[in-house]
Amino acid sequence: MIGEIVDWFTSSANWQGADGVPTRVLQHLGYVLLALVLASVIAVPIGLYVGHTGRGGVLLVGSGNVIRALPTLGLVTFLFLLFTDSDVAAIIGLVVLAIPPILAGTYAGLQAVDRAVVDAAEGMGMRGGQRLWQIEVPIALPLVLGGVRNAVLQLVATAAVAAYVGLGGLGRYLLDGLAILDYGEVAAGAILTALLAIVLDIVLATIQRALVPRGVRLAEAGTKKEVEA
Amino acid sequence: MGIEFRGVTKKYPDGTVAVDDLNLTIEDGTITVFVGPSGCGKTTSLRMINRMVEPTSGTILLDGADVRDSDAALLRRGIGYVIQHAGLFPHRTVLSNVATVPLLSGWDKRKARERAAELLETVGLPAELGKRYPAQLSGGQQQRVGVARALAADSPVLLMDEPFSAVDPVVREGLQDELLRLQSQLGKTIVFVTHDIDEAVRLGDKVAVLRVGGRLAQYGTPADVLRHPVDDFVAGFVGKDRGYRGLSFLSAGDVLVEDVPTVRVGGAPGESADWRLAVNDEGEPRGWLPPSSTVDGELSESDLVAGGSLYQQGTPIRGALDAALSSPASLGVVVDADGKAIGVVTARQVLDVIENHPQGVTR
Repeated sequence: MIGEIVDWFTSSANWQGADGVPTRVLQHLGYVLLALVLASVIAVPIGLYVGHTGRGGVLLVGSGNVIRALPTLGLVTFLFLLFTDSDVAAIIGLVVLAIPPILAGTYAGLQAVDRAVVDAAEGMGMRGGQRLWQIEVPIALPLVLGGVRNAVLQLVATAAVAAYVGLGGLGRYLLDGLAILDYGEVAAGAILTALLAIVLDIVLATIQRALVPRGVRLAEAGTKKEVEA
Repeated sequence: MGIEFRGVTKKYPDGTVAVDDLNLTIEDGTITVFVGPSGCGKTTSLRMINRMVEPTSGTILLDGADVRDSDAALLRRGIGYVIQHAGLFPHRTVLSNVATVPLLSGWDKRKARERAAELLETVGLPAELGKRYPAQLSGGQQQRVGVARALAADSPVLLMDEPFSAVDPVVREGLQDELLRLQSQLGKTIVFVTHDIDEAVRLGDKVAVLRVGGRLAQYGTPADVLRHPVDDFVAGFVGKDRGYRGLSFLSAGDVLVEDVPTVRVGGAPGESADWRLAVNDEGEPRGWLPPSSTVDGELSESDLVAGGSLYQQGTPIRGALDAALSSPASLGVVVDADGKAIGVVTARQVLDVIENHPQGVTR
């Protein structure tokens, strides 16, 4: 088994052309990023609105749970039968999948902002938008980005499964390998998918570190006395 | 800038009455304390001044103008606001926290930061704290930053909602002193909410005692409220030792200060059958040397019995009584403004002054 995997990875044919690793990785990445952007465009504003105004929180959590309960593969298959286009069906399915974690992260992030801080912002004379962008969003960033990281991990995994309806990307190795009982190829596809997930998470963690304000990190770490000493 | 409540009522949709027909005039340049048990509507009353809560009926006038005639955000930028736990913005440095309102009001960035740095000094914080984040400060320091932030707009009115109740008692006392010192310089109209009658009496020029259900029970000077509570509720709320606390408002100008034998720390004390007060080279009291104690050679601080509280001349008589009662020699040490010992008083002498006081202290 190990030998088969090594053979697969060392065979130069698997690194070239339309079915080569670089192409498949880029395809996979493309699906993930496209779905992520579309899901964020939908989920972040809703999460911000509900978190900021406090209106519709129950509805939001409820519908998030309903979406989560949808079997993604079933949804993608259904959409494929509907649109008869594997790319459209898969992307819509992936977007639907990525919305709940981003929505939940954004909403939870805003909800978690200390009431006293919100009260002070309002009492200082900030208007709604000023309070949202200057105070709530920066403080909520760790949880918002946590939701995004969550979504990315799920997208990477599910985009592979979506090869079932004819999508490209790393899922091809899994399905095509399985079809011809080439377990080396199947294992290679799984390994590549896992690696992509890990690399993306590391990249996002780095971005998160750069974006989250220092004061918020300090508050999270509770390093009250450390700096005074 | 005076504040006037005219028939102000706040009723919530569930029927709870937080404030019931409040009529009250807060005078310009004074500290007015709203005090009462939880559920008495003191915080709600405060928050109606800057429209964080809107009254169900009635009017609040700020400098003669109905607060509801101005835009809420603009109104708030013109009113300092300090809350419990400070509510500092964790992602901003101390300096930008303090600069919040000037920046909102469209000040130039540099000018806002200069003003903020100035204010840190005003509230007694070192300038280098400006670069820190709130999470790096102690509770007391955070509260000072909260006060500085509220002062930044240079507004004549300051609203303070239980600002010191989350810090420990020693720090709280320091913050209270600081507030009184600031007020003596700035002369703002301060509305202060607390559930602590001691804090109310200590800080307030006027005290408004509110009862559960949001009704004003009594409004007057602290001395008045302590001496002449209007009913059992107020009497119960101001507490059992209100007679003693009332001494905070009685001057001890008439107490006779007597001389006391002193010994110098570092000197040779010799012997004596009396308690002797030990002072250092600056004349500050360091403790007491008990009668008939024998000291070989120089007197050191380890030979002394710790002294009681010190009474600074010219402050209220409560301190004089406390100094006498807490002294191991039963002699309260009186110091001048520089902390130099100038003599002693006995509890008997202090009580004589209290008893002869024309107003009486305990009614």
